[in-house]
Amino acid sequence: MEIGLNHYLVLSTILFAIGLVGVMRRKNLLLLFFATEILLNSVNIAFAAISHYYGDLTGQMFAFFVIAIAASEVAVGLGLLIVWFKRHGNIDLDTMTSMRG
Amino acid sequence: MFEAIAFYLFAFLTIVMFYIVVTTKQALYALTALAAGMIFISAFFFILGADFLGAVQIIVYTGAVMALYAFGMMFFDSTRDIKEKQGNKFIVVGLATLAAVLVVVIFAAPMVSENIVAFYPHVEGVGNTQEVGLVLFTKYLIPFEVAAVMLLVAMVAGIVLAGKKMDLSLTLMNAEEIKEAEEKNKKVLS
Amino acid sequence: MEKYLYIALFAPLVSSLFSALFTATPKKTFTGIIGSSLIFTSFVSSFILLVYILQGGEPVHVEMMTWMATGDLYIPFGFVVDQVSVTMMMVVTLVSTIVHIYSIGYMDHDKGFNRFFAWLSAFVFSMMILVMSDNYAGLFIGWEGVGLCSWGLIGFWFHKQSATWAANEAFIMNRIADLGMLIGIFLVYWNTGTLQYDGAFEAFKHLDTATLTWIGIFLFIGAMGKSAQFPLHTWLADAMEGPTPVSALIHAATMVTAGVYLVIRSHELYDLIPHVGLFIASLGTFVALFAASMALVNRDMKRIIAYSTLSQLGYMFAAAGLGAYWVALFHLMAHAFFKALLFLGAGNVMHAMHDELDPFKMGGLKKVMKWTWIMMTIASLALAGIFPFAGFFSKDTILEAAFAEHHYVIYAVLLFTAGLTAFYSFRLVALIFHGEERYKIFGIHPHEAYRFMLIAMSPLLILAMIAGVLQEPFFHMVEEILNAHEYHIHSHTTLWIMLVGTQIFVGLAILYAYKKYARPGIKVPDGTSATENSFMYKLLINQYYIPYAYEEYLVKPYREISEIFWNKVDLKIVDATVDGVAKVIYATGENTRDMQSGNLSTMLKWMVAGTVGLLSLAVVFGLAVRYSDEIVAILSGLGVM
Repeated sequence: MEIGLNHYLVLSTILFAIGLVGVMRRKNLLLLFFATEILLNSVNIAFAAISHYYGDLTGQMFAFFVIAIAASEVAVGLGLLIVWFKRHGNIDLDTMTSMRG
Repeated sequence: MFEAIAFYLFAFLTIVMFYIVVTTKQALYALTALAAGMIFISAFFFILGADFLGAVQIIVYTGAVMALYAFGMMFFDSTRDIKEKQGNKFIVVGLATLAAVLVVVIFAAPMVSENIVAFYPHVEGVGNTQEVGLVLFTKYLIPFEVAAVMLLVAMVAGIVLAGKKMDLSLTLMNAEEIKEAEEKNKKVLS
Repeated sequence: MEKYLYIALFAPLVSSLFSALFTATPKKTFTGIIGSSLIFTSFVSSFILLVYILQGGEPVHVEMMTWMATGDLYIPFGFVVDQVSVTMMMVVTLVSTIVHIYSIGYMDHDKGFNRFFAWLSAFVFSMMILVMSDNYAGLFIGWEGVGLCSWGLIGFWFHKQSATWAANEAFIMNRIADLGMLIGIFLVYWNTGTLQYDGAFEAFKHLDTATLTWIGIFLFIGAMGKSAQFPLHTWLADAMEGPTPVSALIHAATMVTAGVYLVIRSHELYDLIPHVGLFIASLGTFVALFAASMALVNRDMKRIIAYSTLSQLGYMFAAAGLGAYWVALFHLMAHAFFKALLFLGAGNVMHAMHDELDPFKMGGLKKVMKWTWIMMTIASLALAGIFPFAGFFSKDTILEAAFAEHHYVIYAVLLFTAGLTAFYSFRLVALIFHGEERYKIFGIHPHEAYRFMLIAMSPLLILAMIAGVLQEPFFHMVEEILNAHEYHIHSHTTLWIMLVGTQIFVGLAILYAYKKYARPGIKVPDGTSATENSFMYKLLINQYYIPYAYEEYLVKPYREISEIFWNKVDLKIVDATVDGVAKVIYATGENTRDMQSGNLSTMLKWMVAGTVGLLSLAVVFGLAVRYSDEIVAILSGLGVM
């Protein structure tokens, strides 16, 4: 059967939902970052699909920049994570409650 | 037909991989599954004819980002099983499903598809990489340069955050001074 | 002529405001002096206006400014000086001037000296507004003003519980009556479209009797409260808690006569409804007898005089009800003079006896306080109606009017009351000034009042003696405006029998009073004698148990209802609702504070939840926009839109 734009968008949404579940569920900060990667990737798929089906290169460029930003975000995030780990000894979310209201 | 088979196959694989990332109790399994998922996503890019993007995905994501994560994993005690105190599972899954359904509904509504005008249409006769190059270095030049600066900043930040004491510069000292510094360090440590 | 009107009206206001500047400072004599001078100025202006009116001048009618002009309602601040109002102005300003001068001496040692003059002048101002106004709304403003100032003056010594209670009682009773008056005013406006006297009276001629009856009744209810007719009479006796000059001014000469003034002013209305007039006359007669009976046994000097005022007010209403408006006005004038004189004399006695009020504890004061004795005796003679003093001319004319109109029952009751009046007045005089000096037992050293106070009282003395002469010119002055006619008893002999008979009856009453109370050997009653324990005595001295009834059956239940409303309704319902709203908001804050747990995982969950919410809103709105026509069709089918 013909694979249309809708198929890709549904796939992207499913992946996004899985990413959301991961974000909500995970208590280990590192694994939380993994879930964030999933979110970014699902969005990339959507961009590429729209770009293909509308014959426009804008989508691909956007996906390209998303990749770049994701990479730098990982670098900085991991750096912060390491500093926190050195200071507190664990990266469990339930212990990071110093910003409570 | 081939396209359909490829699509469904890779879709299934990607979903399974990402599901594992989200639900497994072992960090290493999650890491591996994430890397695999990334590769399968690049397959999608190739199906969609975005060759350059697919290559970049493999190189940057699966190569660099996953390596970063692997290095990061070394810091933390990842042989332990991650014990996670979970709240109500149903809220979590339910919320996510609801979000997904809503997004699908929004997108499944008839879109105003006839009036979209392509800004940067496909140029006939050249490959995808050339097209990307054409657009990237003309219309998207400024974001390109800014992204470069941002990457530089991220790199510096990563080094500063993760590095050890950096008051001494090893490259500017000669051999004796380095030896002295090491002795001092050893004394302090012991 | 207008300037005299304004001077007469606003001089008391200036005096009041001036004295009000010094209410918080210790006594400054000049407030009293300046106050008295300003009121005297007002008196002189009123006198000039009186002369002008007497010489046949046109009534002075000014409209100072517009108060309300909304839609069909037009009420100006207008003032009129015609024969009736100039009479009242004279009475008010004369008595007020004398009382002001007297108060400089009476309130000599009082800390609230300045405040007293502020209130007193404010009262005079309100009374002037009342009598000079040319529409019912202005009258009502003055009405309320005198009510307020009398509250302030009765409760002048506010640290005394009894004084504040009496002030509240006076004000509240007046207020109850004011409701009736307001309804009357509303009815006037509703049926005639104007509140101006001339306009309303013109329109009254065309209304039906039932409406006029209602208007007359309601206006009279207002008069009942102000002039303390039964059943709203208890405040007058209790109002004696205030300083004596207050009683002299307010409860003898001015405020209580406001009700009579109202009836006289609205005489064109009451002429059209003679059955209401008869009711007013009967009620007045009843009150006259009722009050006189209570004064017979009372042991409080000022209360006796207060009951006498009440009784004379009954006379005035009887006259007004019978249609003899000019007689009522004349009696009002004469009564103001001798009653004020009586009160001021009583003030002298009180001061001398260190605020002792029981006449049984006094006696033989004529040796020490000669002038006061002379003044009070002459005032009592005038009150009793002995020829040739003022009271004879006014009271006897009322009796003649009753007789000539063939209301023999009213005549008989009023005649009997005249006898009672003579008796209790002279009982008071005899007990205070004659007999042996019982005050020596209590170690009191009385002395006469200040000379200037006596001099101030002297105009009243003269007027009490000669006011009868003024009856003829007075009659001619008001003849036209009040439809006055002289009362002719058909047979000359009947007239002479009546006059002489009344005099003899009254004279006998006076002699009896002297015989009973001026002899030596009177003891201070201490509750053991036979007379004191008799039923009639108990009934009278407790004022027919009416205050007790009011307290038991009106005040107490009302207080209980108020407490119920306070506890159950106000605290539990109203306060609970308001507090409940605050509590709900607070609780919402408390509960949503848990959202800020600092736990990243929880926050992420909330973030997704919020996103879901927004997405659903987007879907709903999108659907509504998309299917708006169908939605409108469904809703109109259901009848909503």
